[in-house]
Amino acid sequence: MLEKLGLFPAAASTHAGRVDALYLFLIGVSAFFAILIATLIVVFAFKYRRRSDDEQPKLIEGSLALELTWSIVPFGIAMLIFLWGAQLFVSLKTPPKNALDVFVVGRQWMWKVQHLEGRREIDELHVPVGRPVKLTLTSEDVIHSFFVPAFRIKQDAVPGRYTEEWFEATAVGSYHLFCSQYCGTEHSRMIGRVVVMEPADYQAWLSGDGRPAAGANAALATNAAAVSVATAGEGLFKDLGCATCHKSKPGALGPSLAGVFGSQVQLQSGASVAADESYLRESILNPDAKIVAGYQPVMPTFQGQVSEEDLLQLITYIKTLRSS
Amino acid sequence: MSDTNYLNVDYGIRSWLLTVDHKRIALLYLGSITVMFFLGGVFALMIRLELLTPAADVVQADTYNKLFTMHGIIMVFFFLIPSIPATLGNFLVPMMIGARDLAFPRLNLASWYIFLVGALFTLWAVFTGGVDTGWTFYTPYSTVGANTKVIPAAVGIFINGFSSILTGLNFIVTIHRMRAPGLTWFRLPLFIWATYATSVIFILGTPVIAITLALVGVERAFHIGIFDPAIGGDPILFQHLFWFYSHPAVYIMILPSMGVVSELITCFARKSPFGYSFIAISSLAIAFLGFLVWGHHMFVSGQSAYASLIFSFLSFAVAIPSAVKVFNWTATLYRGSIAFQAPMLYALGFIGLFTIGGLTGLFLASLGLDVHVHDTYFVVAHFHYIMVGGALMGYLGGIHFWWPKITGRMYPETLSKIAALVVFLGFNLTFFPQFILGYLGMPRRYHVYPDEFQVLNVMSTAGASVLGLGYLLPMGYLLWSLRYGARAPANPWQATGLEWQTPSPPPTENFVVTPIVTGPAYCYAGEEAEVV
Repeated sequence: MLEKLGLFPAAASTHAGRVDALYLFLIGVSAFFAILIATLIVVFAFKYRRRSDDEQPKLIEGSLALELTWSIVPFGIAMLIFLWGAQLFVSLKTPPKNALDVFVVGRQWMWKVQHLEGRREIDELHVPVGRPVKLTLTSEDVIHSFFVPAFRIKQDAVPGRYTEEWFEATAVGSYHLFCSQYCGTEHSRMIGRVVVMEPADYQAWLSGDGRPAAGANAALATNAAAVSVATAGEGLFKDLGCATCHKSKPGALGPSLAGVFGSQVQLQSGASVAADESYLRESILNPDAKIVAGYQPVMPTFQGQVSEEDLLQLITYIKTLRSS
Repeated sequence: MSDTNYLNVDYGIRSWLLTVDHKRIALLYLGSITVMFFLGGVFALMIRLELLTPAADVVQADTYNKLFTMHGIIMVFFFLIPSIPATLGNFLVPMMIGARDLAFPRLNLASWYIFLVGALFTLWAVFTGGVDTGWTFYTPYSTVGANTKVIPAAVGIFINGFSSILTGLNFIVTIHRMRAPGLTWFRLPLFIWATYATSVIFILGTPVIAITLALVGVERAFHIGIFDPAIGGDPILFQHLFWFYSHPAVYIMILPSMGVVSELITCFARKSPFGYSFIAISSLAIAFLGFLVWGHHMFVSGQSAYASLIFSFLSFAVAIPSAVKVFNWTATLYRGSIAFQAPMLYALGFIGLFTIGGLTGLFLASLGLDVHVHDTYFVVAHFHYIMVGGALMGYLGGIHFWWPKITGRMYPETLSKIAALVVFLGFNLTFFPQFILGYLGMPRRYHVYPDEFQVLNVMSTAGASVLGLGYLLPMGYLLWSLRYGARAPANPWQATGLEWQTPSPPPTENFVVTPIVTGPAYCYAGEEAEVV
């Protein structure tokens, strides 16, 4: 309904309406204060306009009661807005456990999207309606930002680390996807669309019997459709020789990776670290950064040998390794 | 009284380029930053012209990216930051406190030369290829991505930083040590309080941006890994360092303007300010809290969510001293004797625009909402309301207010009022539509955009042309007044303040006899002043 006024973008996520509500509340607060100040200025300016050149108004020193009022009341309102905004933010930072995982890699000047089942696309993101989707973002070069106005979400994709954002789409349709962090020459052409589909259509699309992905990069986008990310990761794991050292036999050069994801890893330094995606990523690219207790720093770096997509595949595979 | 003043005491180019008179140095700054302002303004108009249509027609992507970068760099570092402190501050600080000059007159001249060298470096970068990193120089784009004149531009800003630091140092020492007899801290004009707070930020903040840009240069030139993750750096570290200065830099721009507005409101309402000490102390509170909120530029950068929560909270806190000022200015009008000369129109315009700028700051401080509007035109609109609607309106108001004192000439009254009105209307037409554009989702720094955003962009461009005219008008009639304007009396506005007690233009030594201060800064109501 708000969209029809031309002042609001489409609202197509569970989050969008909540952001709009806070926005409307803030517009109300702002309008109240702006009109209050403007009215007072106009009324005073008219009522107390200078009538003769030698007029001398009486001195008014000030008033502690007024100063306190107009400090404390705005502070109270500000705190209300702070808490409201913080609550929205916290929910944005806590994706539901059952969220669908999708990987997004930004590069100058395109978005590369990888679905767990193997389907890839460029500058497009297909998602099912009514299901939380969690995006794991990174970048191959400079900072980009994945912005979907209809979902009211945005997150920078930063080279060298993973960031996350999540949403649950509520309406089937096609929505703008913008890169909102300036990234060089074609920044304003690093755009695309998010296509929200009925779950059945999404399943069909995932298995590749839908229409082929649109756009100039259609061929690139569909060529690896068949292999799932974890399977691709398993292939890489073998090809790179990871299993030579990382095995669950006594005397192995590297720690076993079975069940490592999500566990607390005891380090040589005495500290311990939660094994999340960022830890696994760091251990592949910069193995000497955190040495596992009881092992020697003998692992070579894979910096430059694996692409961002390879890393995502390896990590996804490692996540599937359960302790036996 | 002799006819000799600081302008006619000596002629010739040497007497200007080697002057150590703070008033002449103020004019040197005025001339140089005016050139920078119109250069930055030309870039702005080209940006608005390109955005008239959704497609790329006036310029291509690379040129567009250079235009908004150079608009930002020039306006922020070479116009807004020096604007009021280096011109009005330089001219007025000694005059308002009854001193003959600043504490270090030669250092003051050196500051101008340093500014000039920095500006020339940056202009060299601009005219030999340009820079396309955005004025924010975000890494790793600025260190490994951009293929433009990043280092010369950064060197220019680095050098210019020393000018800011030395000016701040000069003001602080002067205000501490050189006040006229009887001029206690709480008798100081509010402009002095604001300038003092600004100087503190100059000294504490500027070294950080200088070091940060030096690190960008080092990584770019020698590939030492500081910000680029491919060689072991951290790109978010740059943002922390950059905003640690660049957020307080916003207060460098707005605080002096607030000081000017406090002078204008009191003079044209003929009242001492409502809550003098609250306005004075709130300047210091803003300067202090302003150093603790930089992370609100980074809510979607990937910084820790806990850090974001704290920065959001502190950002709401910094809004309070600003609100206190607005309420106090408004209350000052109550039962005043209000006249509407051009400086007052700018001051009232400032209150209105700054109020909107401040209130929309709450939208951006609010975490859940910022995620949506961050890096959109909403942000562009917000900071232009603060920096142009606020800082620049205050600057123009101040220039109009002290012009008779500085030049000894009056400007045409009606024309100046019309110009103030044109600026106000043009400004709102330019920037208000951008709030809506931003909420609709148009990202900033886009030179092509989806068709549905065009109507609001056309409004904005139309407004920019009105605004451009509004800035040309004062340029014209102020220059005209230098030759043809009526002679200004010592105190044309019947203002209080020591600077109005000496002739217009003042003699080189400012005061023939050092003034002795016996009362508060603003004794407009004659009888009560005796009592105090």
